[in-house]
Amino acid sequence: MSQNGTLESPLRVAVVGAGPTGFYTAEHLFKQKEYVVTVDMYERLPIPFGLVRYGVAPDHPKIKSVTNVYDRIAQNPGFRFFGNVEIGKHITVPEMQAYYHQIVFTTGAQTDRRLNIPGEDLAGSLPATEFVAWYNGHPDYRDYEVDLSHENVAVVGIGNVAMDVARILCRTPEELYQTDIADYALEALRQSKVKNVYVMGRRGPGQAAFTTPEIKELGEMEDADAYVLPEEAELDVLSQAALADSSDRATMKKVEIIQSYAGRVPSGKSRRLTVRFLVSPLELVDDGEGNIACMRLVKNELYATDAGTLRPRATEKVEELPVTMVFRAIGYRGVPIPGVPFYDSWGVILNREGRVLDPETQEPLAGLYTGGWIKRGPSGVIGTNKPDALETVKNMLEDVASEKTLCPDKTGQAEIFAFVQNRQPDFFTYDDWTRLDALELAKGEAVGRPRVKFTSVDEMLKALGR
Amino acid sequence: MKIRSILAKKGMNVITITPDQEIRQAVTLLAAKNIGALVVVNQEQRPIGILSERDIIRQAAVDENLFSLKVADLMTQQLITGMPNDDTFSIAHTMTEKRFRHMPIVEDGKLVGIVSIGDIMKAERNQYRGEIDTLETQIMADDS
Repeated sequence: MSQNGTLESPLRVAVVGAGPTGFYTAEHLFKQKEYVVTVDMYERLPIPFGLVRYGVAPDHPKIKSVTNVYDRIAQNPGFRFFGNVEIGKHITVPEMQAYYHQIVFTTGAQTDRRLNIPGEDLAGSLPATEFVAWYNGHPDYRDYEVDLSHENVAVVGIGNVAMDVARILCRTPEELYQTDIADYALEALRQSKVKNVYVMGRRGPGQAAFTTPEIKELGEMEDADAYVLPEEAELDVLSQAALADSSDRATMKKVEIIQSYAGRVPSGKSRRLTVRFLVSPLELVDDGEGNIACMRLVKNELYATDAGTLRPRATEKVEELPVTMVFRAIGYRGVPIPGVPFYDSWGVILNREGRVLDPETQEPLAGLYTGGWIKRGPSGVIGTNKPDALETVKNMLEDVASEKTLCPDKTGQAEIFAFVQNRQPDFFTYDDWTRLDALELAKGEAVGRPRVKFTSVDEMLKALGR
Repeated sequence: MKIRSILAKKGMNVITITPDQEIRQAVTLLAAKNIGALVVVNQEQRPIGILSERDIIRQAAVDENLFSLKVADLMTQQLITGMPNDDTFSIAHTMTEKRFRHMPIVEDGKLVGIVSIGDIMKAERNQYRGEIDTLETQIMADDS
């Protein structure tokens, strides 16, 4: 095999999925000096940035500023973006193997995990992931029906998605207007009748997955009070001992803030956000017409596993929570890509440190890699994907050195371009995104908002004069 | 962070050995796979012990003929296992307190993986690096 990665024969890499990990993968590939690399990034949606655009809450603009970093990566002359191109639909993985030396799947985790309780599919029980996609203007969810005529709503889960959903439900229209939330969501939330939001965690304050700023933020909303039941704010004996043992300052601070919400007297704000601890939903009760009448939940207690983790276990105490709308936010899950081995029980691509494995032999499949949430499952913050991508890229480069890459028979940048164009004439380039970005910012400026998002593909094509 | 996210990128295979195999075979396997411990399983593939480098070294110090011993002779039988949903933080704590470096992970009675203290350290380091990177990016955005 002739040496790849030279000026005459650059190492051609395809990255599937334009979220943070896709960009960090490209960044690490461009940073190394040993090989000349080109990166073609494929994205199912016309616009890049994945969960930074369609997952991060609109009232967290600072977190979104990471796109400036991605923008700089995209300026590398070896980088191309093919948006609105779906792998498995427009182009298959075997077809890509004829064009690239290496293919990296960074498609993230797109669906939600289910609660597996009776009543989960009643009207008014929704996956938080879809609600998040809806308010963030995801083209697949713009026509999603969200009935906000309910007064009492539960969010099951206590991670950052649960916190985001609860906050967005509690923000005032004025607060939301200052964000880049989708126009239609802003309108729908303006009409919202929601008064009480319950966020529910299975474990106690000492194990809560949210961060300190996230819990602090709940207490600073314009027209919603944060509240915690005093008895649920107290740490149980096991948690107290674990905390004393670890002297973990971050958790101590979190517990302190939670306890400051305990038993707070309502200050007259129109909404109340209650964080419940040590509870698990048992059933969503049917009102006889397919709607939620209420939620039955059970109180939990903690026990220590052999390995030392404090886990929840149901007690005898059952309670009814008078909610008629429920969001499940207990975690994201990856979706398989046709032609790529998937490890279903973990919801990830079968891999060893980023190298995709053959399910039969457990040996790496030449030229196929993965990174980010579809590699390790949903965990960590955006930046966690940077070292994760680096691990994959290190293995990719090692395989280039030992000539364990794909052997594409078709070469040349123009050939790939023609191939994509043939399969999906409506593909979007990075320049297209740059133009759409400017238009979104201008639309926002005209009405005093940071940005007004395009939410349909047709709208985007029209704006580009196509 | 959960143990699950460490196991997810380690493939499905766990290197195991049976109690009736010889230490010779265990040493070969440890060297070939570049690992520090082997999970000892019975015929139903259920973990019944663990054999670590340390177990072998301890014997080697007093017995030059250890290679023909059986795995069952040297393995540690008091096995602490974890679950995919265990917190990395608490498992690291348990390992440090009880002074061992590998923990088999079991789900519904079935062995699904093994994590080392090194795996956990690496995952936690990546987590912290990620958090620092995210914070730095936000601070830079404030400055621009």
